[in-house]
Amino acid sequence: MSWIALKMLTGDRAKFFGIVLGLTFAAMLITQQGSIFCGLMRRTAGQIFDITGADLWVMDPNVRYVDDVKPMIETSLYRTRGVEGVLWAVPLYKGIGRVKLTVPKQVPVDPDQPAGPKRTVREPVIEQVILLGLDDASLVGAPPPERILAGRLVDLRRPDAILVDFTRLPKLFPYEDWKSLPKPPSLGQVLGDKIGRMLGLVHGPTPEQAHREAMGRFYERFLNRELEMNDHRAFIVGVCEATRTFQSNAVVYTTYSRAKRFVPQERKPLTYVLAKAEPGVAAEVVAARIASQTGLRARTSEQFIWDTIWYFMRYTGIPVNFGITTILGFLVGTAIAGQTFYNFTLENLKQFGALKAMGMSNLRIVAMILLQAAVTGLLGYGLGVGLATLFGQTSKGSELAFYTPWQLLPIAGAAIVLICLLASVLSVRRVVVLEPAIVFRG
Amino acid sequence: MSSVVEAQRASAVDAQASPDRVAVRLRNVRKTFGSGDQKVVALRGVDWDVFNGQMTLLIGPSGCGKTTLLSVIAGILDADRGSQVCVLGRDVAAMSGSQKTRFRRDSIGFVFQQYNLLPALTAAENAAIPLIVKGWPRPKAIARASEVLGLIGMAQKVNKLPSELSGGQQQRVAIARALVHEPRLIVCDEPTAALDHETGHQVMVLFRTVAVRPDRAVLIVTHDNRVFHFGDRVARMDDGHIVEVRTQKATIEEPPDVLA
Repeated sequence: MSWIALKMLTGDRAKFFGIVLGLTFAAMLITQQGSIFCGLMRRTAGQIFDITGADLWVMDPNVRYVDDVKPMIETSLYRTRGVEGVLWAVPLYKGIGRVKLTVPKQVPVDPDQPAGPKRTVREPVIEQVILLGLDDASLVGAPPPERILAGRLVDLRRPDAILVDFTRLPKLFPYEDWKSLPKPPSLGQVLGDKIGRMLGLVHGPTPEQAHREAMGRFYERFLNRELEMNDHRAFIVGVCEATRTFQSNAVVYTTYSRAKRFVPQERKPLTYVLAKAEPGVAAEVVAARIASQTGLRARTSEQFIWDTIWYFMRYTGIPVNFGITTILGFLVGTAIAGQTFYNFTLENLKQFGALKAMGMSNLRIVAMILLQAAVTGLLGYGLGVGLATLFGQTSKGSELAFYTPWQLLPIAGAAIVLICLLASVLSVRRVVVLEPAIVFRG
Repeated sequence: MSSVVEAQRASAVDAQASPDRVAVRLRNVRKTFGSGDQKVVALRGVDWDVFNGQMTLLIGPSGCGKTTLLSVIAGILDADRGSQVCVLGRDVAAMSGSQKTRFRRDSIGFVFQQYNLLPALTAAENAAIPLIVKGWPRPKAIARASEVLGLIGMAQKVNKLPSELSGGQQQRVAIARALVHEPRLIVCDEPTAALDHETGHQVMVLFRTVAVRPDRAVLIVTHDNRVFHFGDRVARMDDGHIVEVRTQKATIEEPPDVLA
């Protein structure tokens, strides 16, 4: 019977595509908006993700999320080190610094003739940055080598050295030739390369690797450029890739001791203590010990990520806004798919009546309708998730926060199943109560 | 009313007929729709026998209860309590819903006024539906349906969609669908109503030559007085009763007035 159900479904192509389109739209919107929501939420905890190596964050008891900076006295570091189960503990400064620099700018010699000859003037730029001061000796919390685009991490130990995040460099150097920044490879190039490699036709660096190398060459121009922070000289020794955060400021890495000089003097300079639990001891257990013995708040990296995410979910309108869009996608998808599917059933009512008259049981007819719903649902889900993934791939490297955790896929799938059930339940009811005698009414 | 008709009226019920000759035996069949002020009595105690090996036509004015009676005989509408509906030796009134479904599947072939072919299925696939419903494998069912289509002159059209066929051809497919599973009773509702005279005539010839067999009864509801002469017996209904039954000879000699 399944082939009859499928032929009935695909017989009217316009209606079939209408149902699939409705489901595709719903699946795409749910996955895409869900991914953007997850991406945004992930960004709130971006700096916790970026700091690898340490598995414990120790902070003032009143800190609720990563940007909620509440300085501690430096002895907190030593108290943490004294707790049993702590392998090592290092300081981390996190605060807002102010960068001052002059950048060259081309201006017309005659202001009345903007297209005329140009001259170079030095334009002052003052920008706030997120300053991260890493442990002087170990540089724990620094970006991993694969995320350094230009320069070297070890150069951070040189006097006045800083490492800057490439994503916000245009704010510091607005008159740079940003148009010559290498463009990321297109989806077609990436797919073509992958297929070529599978067939053994393409060798050498991948388009992503080539792009990264070109980016590295581009960003090398910023090395050794001087800036001023809190009346102290600073110079760029490297350009790195930091996870984008909710704040629009550039991230600047330096050492802990230097960070204290780059900001006005504070009585309590220590923001966080990053610690590592001894092998064989659970980080949660050590966190509990630190909290009870020092009175400080200690969280594992994962706990702190979720603290931060929950804070933003609770105190910002982001989940509500995205929730509304997602629910809207669900409702519109249900309305389009449901109505088209119901109309499709209504138009085939006489045919279903004829099948019933010819001895087909209600159970088999319900199975046919559910099969039709399942096929359209599966197609809509596949296309919707595929389109959302395509959207995510094409927006890779842009400002768009897009992250699709695996949990989102079954959620979107469950939503589509629900839409299909809602869409088919009306049709099923209509067909089940259908009197086969309808076929004898002209 | 002529003496011929008077003579034939007595044979609406044949108490002496052997059970294997009678395909449908109806006694005091009543059917009421709705209740209270909305109550409509469609059948008012019908007593009637339909015989195997014959093509029986059921005629009468619109609203007289023909289609209701056909639906009751085919087991797709329940008669009122107290009615006796015996079809192919089985008491249809006593059957459960699922028993009726199986009974229709195994024993009855249907031909509808609007053909009711599935538009996305080819002629052979449409004709194969009763076999598919019975659980035949698809290729075997389609092969058998193609054979039956060949018997009724549709061999060249087996792979055509209904939209590619004329009205007469579509009705032929519907007839093939009604015959394919070798049912013992074929019920047809206005099979020529949507066809022109010539095509309607061809369809009735087809019924006579292919559908009528000694062990099978063919029951046709029709308004079309051009085809009355095809019936071995013509029963006229009015106001929920069978008011007269004529033989073929009587029908030809004195055609009944369907509106009478």
